[in-house]
Amino acid sequence: MSARRPYKRPMAGWWRRNPFFVEYMVHEATAIFVALYALILLVSVVQLATGEAAWSQWVAILRSPGMVILHGAILIALLYHAWTWFNIMPRTLPPIMLGGNRVRAKTITTVGLVTALISSLMVFALIDWLGK
Amino acid sequence: MTAAAKLITINVLRYRPEEDSEPVWQAYQVPFTEDMSVLQGLQYIKDELDGTLSYRWSCRMAICGSCGMMVDGVPQLACKTFLRDYFPAAVKIEALAHFPIERDLVIDMRDFITKLESIKPFIVAETPRELSSGEYLQTPAELQRYEQFSDCINCLLCYAACPQYGLNTKFIGPGAMALLHRYNMDSRDAGKDQRMSLVHAEEGVFNCTAVGYCSEVCPKKVDPANAVNINKTESAKDYFLRWLPFVGPKGSRGDK
Amino acid sequence: MKRSNAPIFWGLFGAGGMLSALIGPMLVFITGIALPLGWLLPRELLSYASVLTFAQHWLGKGILFFVISLFFWHSAHRIFHTLHDVGIHAGLLARLICYGLAMAGTLIALVVLLLIGF
Repeated sequence: MSARRPYKRPMAGWWRRNPFFVEYMVHEATAIFVALYALILLVSVVQLATGEAAWSQWVAILRSPGMVILHGAILIALLYHAWTWFNIMPRTLPPIMLGGNRVRAKTITTVGLVTALISSLMVFALIDWLGK
Repeated sequence: MTAAAKLITINVLRYRPEEDSEPVWQAYQVPFTEDMSVLQGLQYIKDELDGTLSYRWSCRMAICGSCGMMVDGVPQLACKTFLRDYFPAAVKIEALAHFPIERDLVIDMRDFITKLESIKPFIVAETPRELSSGEYLQTPAELQRYEQFSDCINCLLCYAACPQYGLNTKFIGPGAMALLHRYNMDSRDAGKDQRMSLVHAEEGVFNCTAVGYCSEVCPKKVDPANAVNINKTESAKDYFLRWLPFVGPKGSRGDK
Repeated sequence: MKRSNAPIFWGLFGAGGMLSALIGPMLVFITGIALPLGWLLPRELLSYASVLTFAQHWLGKGILFFVISLFFWHSAHRIFHTLHDVGIHAGLLARLICYGLAMAGTLIALVVLLLIGF
């Protein structure tokens, strides 16, 4: 008869016990804000398709302080998402060689963030040009 | 007149299956010097204070992988963790997370051993070789492709770090994946085909959510998170392209 | 061993994550702050006529569709896994709800954008 009685410890509350995991949960939670924005865009196209009156009502809602503040929160969440996305990205890639040396993780992150900045400015320029 | 010895409190999570219904904390007062590792603290406890304390250790120089444990909730090698970084505060020592506790600081690691054996952790030759064929030749560049992953000492800190393994022990996990990748990346090996079913499986790489803590705690800088996540792309490529006649199931000659 | 179908959802997660990382913040700023408040960009761009023209153009339609759809697929995958992380393991039901909603969002966007016409 074996005297063994292995003890399994519970996982409940695991992420609260370590700051590394708390940060992980925060960047995972940015997905809620991505979903929220997609929903806002979806409602927008539905209101657009419904007609001019529906669209005007929706724009009035978009202009309300509550909605602008909500977008402010979504903006912060998406900025944090972008930051953490490009910081994690090097870990998901195979080694990239340049001139016989492996490109450093920080370099990959910087390239990603710069690409995001340029893409964002291009989007702004596009909308700005459309307005003219 | 000798100076009074400095004492550090080491709290150890004890568990003796024959007498404890569940683990219980026990505090020890250990004489402290600046150069002491956690392992040396445990040695003092076992030698001088409480011979019933059980723990694994061997090389005491961070190469055998035996002394992994949770120090203040962080997976560490006891021989590579120093009491001076905690003193004068007390230190909490617990068995490696996500594994069943066998006794005190000793865990049941059979799940990892089974997984390690399943990934074929050896060179699978393309065709059986004779001794007369001589040695394999490998360039420094070919060595570089897998060397980092070969540094794994099977210490299991990455499994203690991985919450996905903690939540689902069926997950193949970081260490086994780092070793699977090590062999796939070795130019001498032709066994990639045989290993990939483990990667593609429901228990495979897609359980990983890129927490990345495994690579943070690895004492040998193996970067198991990299091994796991590279293989997500490999698995996805195979998933979508496997029926194409000129590609077929991702073979061993795929990307050497 | 049973092969996982995760690559489909992981691929969509990755595409949506990359898109939202690259231009998400700017889109939120433009559509949610700048245009409604008339900062840096003319308020008239939010008029029915302007937005309709944008949505009727194949490029505008494409941008709207891919942003809405990929943002939904990205968040569905991440939220499904986060539910698992916090101990909600409703398995198939959680999967159906998360990915089902993403699919619903995608289909509604598709239909509505086509209804808007060219």
